Amino acid sequence: MSQILSRTVAAFILAGTLSTAGFILPANAQTMAQLTAEVQKADSAGVTSFHLQNGLEVVVIPDHRAPVVTHMLWYHVGSADEDPGKSGIAHFFEHLMFKATKTYPAGEFSRKVAEIGGQENAFTSYDYTAFFQQVSPQALEMVMTYEADRMENLILNEDVVKTERDVVLEERRSRTDTNPAALLSEEVNATLYQNHPYRFPVIGWLHEMEQLNLKDALAFYEKFYTPNNATLVVSGDVDADTVKALAEKTYGKVPRRSEPGKRERPQEPEQNTKRTVSLADARVSQPSFQKIWLVPSYNNAKPGEAEALDLLSEILGGSTRSRVYQALVVKDGLAASAGVYYQGGALDDGTFSVYGAPRGSASLQQVEDGVDAQVARIIKDGVTADELEKARNRFLKSVIFARDSQAGMARIYGSTLSTGQTIKDVQEWPDRIQAVKVQDIQDVAKRYLVDAHSVTSYLMPEDGKPDEKIPSTGEAAPVEPQTEGVIQ
Amino acid sequence: MTRVLTPVFSRIAAAFLLVILAAAPVYAVEIKEVVSPKGIRAWLVQDDFVPLIALRFSFEGGSAQDPKGKEGLANLMTGLFDEGAGDLDSDAFQEKLDDAGAEMGFTADDDRISGAMRMLADRRDEAVDLLALAVNKPRFDQAPIDRIRQQIIANIKASERDPNTIAGRKFAEALYGDHPYGRQSQGTETSLTSVTRDDLAGYHKRVFARDKLIVGVVGSISPEQLAPLLDKVFGDLPEKAQLEPVKDANLALGKTTRVDYPLPQTSISMVYPGVRRQDADFFPAFIMNHILGGGSFSSRIYTEVREKRGLAYSAGSALVSRDHMAALTISTATRSDRAGETLQILKDEVARMAQDGPTENELSEAKKYLVGSYAINNLDSSSAVASTLIGLQDEHLGRDYIDKRADLINAVTLDQVKAAAKKLLETEPAILIVGPPQS
Repeated sequence: MSQILSRTVAAFILAGTLSTAGFILPANAQTMAQLTAEVQKADSAGVTSFHLQNGLEVVVIPDHRAPVVTHMLWYHVGSADEDPGKSGIAHFFEHLMFKATKTYPAGEFSRKVAEIGGQENAFTSYDYTAFFQQVSPQALEMVMTYEADRMENLILNEDVVKTERDVVLEERRSRTDTNPAALLSEEVNATLYQNHPYRFPVIGWLHEMEQLNLKDALAFYEKFYTPNNATLVVSGDVDADTVKALAEKTYGKVPRRSEPGKRERPQEPEQNTKRTVSLADARVSQPSFQKIWLVPSYNNAKPGEAEALDLLSEILGGSTRSRVYQALVVKDGLAASAGVYYQGGALDDGTFSVYGAPRGSASLQQVEDGVDAQVARIIKDGVTADELEKARNRFLKSVIFARDSQAGMARIYGSTLSTGQTIKDVQEWPDRIQAVKVQDIQDVAKRYLVDAHSVTSYLMPEDGKPDEKIPSTGEAAPVEPQTEGVIQ
Repeated sequence: MTRVLTPVFSRIAAAFLLVILAAAPVYAVEIKEVVSPKGIRAWLVQDDFVPLIALRFSFEGGSAQDPKGKEGLANLMTGLFDEGAGDLDSDAFQEKLDDAGAEMGFTADDDRISGAMRMLADRRDEAVDLLALAVNKPRFDQAPIDRIRQQIIANIKASERDPNTIAGRKFAEALYGDHPYGRQSQGTETSLTSVTRDDLAGYHKRVFARDKLIVGVVGSISPEQLAPLLDKVFGDLPEKAQLEPVKDANLALGKTTRVDYPLPQTSISMVYPGVRRQDADFFPAFIMNHILGGGSFSSRIYTEVREKRGLAYSAGSALVSRDHMAALTISTATRSDRAGETLQILKDEVARMAQDGPTENELSEAKKYLVGSYAINNLDSSSAVASTLIGLQDEHLGRDYIDKRADLINAVTLDQVKAAAKKLLETEPAILIVGPPQS
């Protein structure tokens, strides 16, 4: 599952990704043609890109409706690029980027942004770290100047590192240690991924975070924070020529600081077992389950497979019209919630998951069996042409709706270009969605949703028992949330 | 790991966390007032950049109208508008809505029922027909009532052992006493079980009326095209809503509520008196809150608690203003062995602000922020602009408010801000502490 940490809780939620909004059109040829035309208009929408001499890639997405620009700098480094034993350094370093530089005192950049009513924040994920500001067009040069400055001129000392390390430790306690579902999710990733660093939480393991130091931070900075390892995305009330001139004047002055090289992480071995992870906690009163598989991402899938997985997840459980929701929540009345999620936006392997929680007198086992039955049915019989058409139209529709948010557009391009893909991949996505055939859906379901290679997790009340016995093989020890975090 | 599947679950249960919306100026955006043949008024921002239309509306009368013993009625009702209307049952309605490429949602807060639809401009007639059905002729069939009710009950049960949920409930009861704002807006298993189809239909009839309706529309549609659509959706609703009067809440401050639980962090919430949006000293208080602990990375609380001492990840303050209450809230979560120190820092910052107010420099920086941030916070998408149109009308701020807002902020003096600080912050707050004992 995707895990993105923001610098503050006030971080704004950027509008949906390409594949999650839900809109449908009838399978009607004329409407289809209109829709395709609109989608193509939305796709290209005047998006341009270029590279600076130092290797920085720049993407410009004009939208002149409001006097606002979104400026996002995406470094192609995330938690999966950390050295062993240093979990959490990518996210910790993102926090440190807000400290003093050789040129400006600590907090000056934030003050300048606040002074004009701008918004700013940063976030870190497995594959990228991004810094962004939303400001008026007149202030674009200012934010570019400061952002370029901290790419090469950051200065850190022991005190700054120690205080900010306390902040990220509190962040871990707030997000994870106080939340049984978050703790379980951490353990699920550590079980699903057996070799790839996606098995480590973005925020880091507590015992490793406590040891992160100035030397680690500086080494990370020198290796990864360089123009040739970043993509700049500017969307909003601005044109490409202006951005180009400003980028050359600001980022263009930053030399290539290092050659981080190809992003080659340890890859997953063949998965051969069915694993179960469970967590019982006194704070949980309703049980729930999730089953998750390792599947290809958009970046590493064979042609068409990621698109088919995306459509499969939509048909199986992407909305209240989906098979799983209709069967378990509406018709059988077993589930309070049930659905499916494909996480395909990773540089390396992605995940496919199904989940549910019972309602009324239904048991967790009944819900799990019901969801399993829906997966089995698609593997056996595939989907109908009508289902595929509706799911496809929802995706195409989402492309049009995505254009409504300049920040959302910047995020779509930035995240895609930071996970090994290209502008062309973003723009041809609708065509590739169009090309998926009914048989392709069944094929990916059969190929990847193999029960014997899945990880099932249970979040349970402390006093409750699973309705049926949970297989003991491979079961992780329940995590006690109170043990590590409390310092009393 | 669970995704929100119905609007029912988006209801914020804790009573005091809604952040105030300063109404939204839409620079360079022309707001037109459209009046339909049947007299329905709407504010419209016409914009053809994306071929979509975002329509938002609200009716006065939310969870505070729930009859005693029927808590959760308003929230339950909002889950039922896409579950069948007119001659379409639940399945048929949702199928048509999907086919129309439209997105529809309803929510209830304490004072209002709100609705929203996002649709493709060239499919607007199909979409609006469905909205008209939902608004005028919701079926409230028994099967969907039972299903959505069970989902809400499951949701209530899912958090019933969560210490922060338990604490929030306890705190709300302590703050509000028997005022409707102190009740659980989702209801309880018992209250929801007692809700009947007649309750829902009766509630709909009382609240969905033209005199308490506000409409905001943004997107690819002209005033001439919008007018008949307004009539179709709202033109045949009853003239007058029948609302129970709600008294102003008298917040019980000065008391500390503790919930002991062996958590890895101690969370601290403080509640001070606030100001209403309509009060004359709203902007002085708004600016004061911004400097004390508001949105940017440079507030006093953020600086003292997080930047200087690393005591917390989130730390800040917010103004809350509802129809019948106003408050200034402060919240943070910190390592338990330093919770006492953190609480003292918060109290010290409040005392310093109450006593001396901000500096001239802080005031001028805050003004610049609050003027400049308006477009950024409110113009990011059609839906955001539509929400802004609702907020402006809700607070009776006028279509020219956008042009006036910067002047209103810039006119605030240092003395006014100091007076606002004294007025709000010299009261003993209500405090909630959740964490290990003696932290």
